[in-house]
Amino acid sequence: MGDNGLEIKEIKLTAKDFASDQDVRWCPGCGDYSILAQVQRSFPDMIGVPKENIVWISGIGCSSRFPYYMNTYGYHTIHGRAPAIATGVKVSRPDLSVWVAAGDGDLLSIGGNHFIHACRKNVDLKILLFNNRIYGLTKGQYSPTSEKGKKTKTTPYGSVDNPFNPAALALGSDATFVGRALDGDAKHLQAMIKRVAEHKGAAFLEIFQNCVIFNDGAFDKLTDKKTRDDNVLYLEHGKPMIFGTNKNKGIVLNNGKPEVVEIGEGKHRIEDLIVHDEHDESFMIATMLAHMTDNPNMPTPVGVFRQVSRPTIDGEIEAQINQVKKMKGEGELEKVLFNGNTWSVN
Amino acid sequence: MIKEKEVQQVTEVTVRFAGDSGDGMQLTGSQFSETTAIFGNDLSTLPDYPAEIRAPSGTVYGVSGYQLHFSSADIHTPGDRPDVLVAMNPAAIKKNLAELKPGAIIIANVDSFDKKNLQLAKYETNPLEDNTLKGYEVYQVPITHLTSKALEGTKLSPKDVSRCKNFFALGLMYWLYNRPVEPTMKWIQDKFKNKPEYIDANSKALNAGYNYGENTEIFTIRYHVEPAKLPKGIYRSISGNEATALGFLAASVKSGLPLFLGSYPITPASEILQYLSYYKNFGVKTFQAEDEIAGITSAIGAAYAGNLALTTTSGPGLALKTEAVGLAVMTELPLVIVDVQRGGPSTGLPTKTEQADLLQAVYGRNGESPVAVIAASTPSDCFNMALEAARIAIKFMTPVILLTDGYLGNGSEPWNVPHVKDLPEIPVKFRTEKEGFAPYLRDENLARPWVKPGTPGLEHRVGGLEKANITGNVSYDPDNHDLMIKLREKKVKGIANDIPLLQVDGDQSGELLVLGWGGTYGAIKEAVIKAREAGYKVSQAHLKYLNPFPSNTEKVLKSFKKVLIPEINLGQLAKLIRSEFLVPVEQFNVVRGLPFRVSDLENKIIEMLGGNK
Repeated sequence: MGDNGLEIKEIKLTAKDFASDQDVRWCPGCGDYSILAQVQRSFPDMIGVPKENIVWISGIGCSSRFPYYMNTYGYHTIHGRAPAIATGVKVSRPDLSVWVAAGDGDLLSIGGNHFIHACRKNVDLKILLFNNRIYGLTKGQYSPTSEKGKKTKTTPYGSVDNPFNPAALALGSDATFVGRALDGDAKHLQAMIKRVAEHKGAAFLEIFQNCVIFNDGAFDKLTDKKTRDDNVLYLEHGKPMIFGTNKNKGIVLNNGKPEVVEIGEGKHRIEDLIVHDEHDESFMIATMLAHMTDNPNMPTPVGVFRQVSRPTIDGEIEAQINQVKKMKGEGELEKVLFNGNTWSVN
Repeated sequence: MIKEKEVQQVTEVTVRFAGDSGDGMQLTGSQFSETTAIFGNDLSTLPDYPAEIRAPSGTVYGVSGYQLHFSSADIHTPGDRPDVLVAMNPAAIKKNLAELKPGAIIIANVDSFDKKNLQLAKYETNPLEDNTLKGYEVYQVPITHLTSKALEGTKLSPKDVSRCKNFFALGLMYWLYNRPVEPTMKWIQDKFKNKPEYIDANSKALNAGYNYGENTEIFTIRYHVEPAKLPKGIYRSISGNEATALGFLAASVKSGLPLFLGSYPITPASEILQYLSYYKNFGVKTFQAEDEIAGITSAIGAAYAGNLALTTTSGPGLALKTEAVGLAVMTELPLVIVDVQRGGPSTGLPTKTEQADLLQAVYGRNGESPVAVIAASTPSDCFNMALEAARIAIKFMTPVILLTDGYLGNGSEPWNVPHVKDLPEIPVKFRTEKEGFAPYLRDENLARPWVKPGTPGLEHRVGGLEKANITGNVSYDPDNHDLMIKLREKKVKGIANDIPLLQVDGDQSGELLVLGWGGTYGAIKEAVIKAREAGYKVSQAHLKYLNPFPSNTEKVLKSFKKVLIPEINLGQLAKLIRSEFLVPVEQFNVVRGLPFRVSDLENKIIEMLGGNK
């Protein structure tokens, strides 16, 4: 009820309210369409964040066109710098909800430094990585997440370059939220976007995204109905790590190493499996899970690897300002100018 | 019985303190400056130190120096050649001797002239004993010995005792130039308020030095420099970097905008970041970024979010920020970039001064990327120009590059402190009306609207891709690109109507105009005054606005038969002036990492006049 006794109806926004008037110009079939759709569908559920307080920042690359298609504030900036620009927005305006859309080249190659420092500082940013493991906008060169041996325009004999594991990098850089999702699993992706929205601190979501032109099918094994159940491990907090078409496989720790086991009579029991703890302060299991995707014999985990709470730099800067104001009082320019040893000439 | 010592009146003195990087020469020099300022002399300083923090002691390349020039009259430079050298070791003599005035006073710490230090300074024989210092007035003072004697009974270690010797030297200089010890006493008490043994030791050393001058027989004369007749007001001594910081603090207050500084430490600009990080109670947010690029891009983010946004750097950092400056040009955001220029190229001479970033500031970006470029001319002028940079950036929604330099940044001078009420207001208007809004609509100054994210109904997108006129949508249209390129240029050119005209000091037309910009103001001014005193007719003009130039620049240039442009680079302003106005100009370029010598400039002026008065 409002002050005047009238009932105030909150207008619930819809996905459409978040679509800008610009034509979307990605290639037909691009995974970016799904990500855009899931973001637009999830945003009306963001509680307590007025639409005008949402800012999307991006760098350069196919995915970096993202802000143009969102009917929010948006800034399409320069290659690799989105996390640094977003940091400036958030630190100077903690009231805003600041989102970063970035590709694997943008975030992890030219922008790698800004990315790790945004994680380390725990800037309250929501960073979505559109990982298609290729350079799309420059037409098909290998990226810092391309697998070794990959043949691309700049690696005609196969790449000899070892890739980053983005989730492991984010964990190693101390991001307080690290998750992974698939462009092809709309429901799960929406759930992950909402989790990112709720997190306070540096939130990193790696989204495996198909590039239909230069790296088509890169994640088919994880999204194809026939193969996905045996290859994707959905992480759920407090639940044992189970996967497989018949929910008959699980992950155990064997001498500190993950191992796939069968569950059932005469085999392993559910109690033997690792129970996922998102809030585990230790990095051990989360890092192990992030790296499982590098091993062809292991399923690829998706979901939230780790979510912990730590003060954000934007909050700390604000808090320190208030503390100094309390200690010294509001600044008075006249006093500062005439501070120190002054002398008078008459 | 000590006889009364003679006091000799002098109008001006140039003193240089020199010793090891660890001898505390910068502190000694700055204390002498502060006291001299309080005493009421006009002064100008030149700290000159190596890039190494503690180079091997005793070596010539480890010598740190601090020069100051003070006077009972108006002065503009830290002095060409010292009248007095305080040399804490042989290397200090080796490094500085050639710079001294003939017959200069040398006060040498004789205790450090041992075999080891002589060898380190590459002296085969002791310069105090051979003919090296013939013609100079040399005072050999056992400073180390006298300091430890004064501190007998202290609890300090012998090493700490030895560290107090710079205060002994300072005390002696206070006696010699008839300055009070009290300001430094007060400083010592504040600085070491939790370490009473250091207060005791440093005060004793300072007094011992002063009394040594008073009581010893070797000094028969002391000097007196009357206070200068400066314009009425309340003064303080200020360095360029501190003035820059205060200028932006003032701009924040006067605009009502919170100040955000994104910066990465770099010599000689780091002090601005350090100073501003103090003023948290003004709501100032200083962000020490991971690199130069994040320094400027975080500032761009803050500008986009509606703050007074600033980044500070030196030449190599500006090179790294280049692409981001272009983004601020394309998205037409108010942003100030301060470049405290240093010797280049590459890492160059990090602790020395130079003016060689002018072309980088004006042109150093991809595409047609106009920005406003302005420059401070003296340490205290950094305050005014910081305010100007903020004003122009906000009014015209444009990046502004403010050029200062190592000499201005580190050097200090008396500053007639302005009152807040006398500072210009900086009006800011954020767009909030939805009706008729478009991101690239322009006002009478061709500035686009500034919209704070969080404003309902004005959600819009901007970016580095070419913008369609008015709507700001991405546009690849050839005619639109041509239009936008010309609009951005026209907007920056229009700033010329909003800045002061170029002033000519001296005759408004005639034979010779000396045109300068930036930190060479003082040296040029003094050379021009000296030439005039010698009977030559010469005028001076100094550019503080370099892009665009003041609207009367061409008229001024064409009022003189000859134009001389002295610069600490290879003629960057000369190039701009020639290409803009097709005026023949003569260059004078000496790029030594140091301010000009006034005498060199004076000679050039006389040469250009053919010796004709």
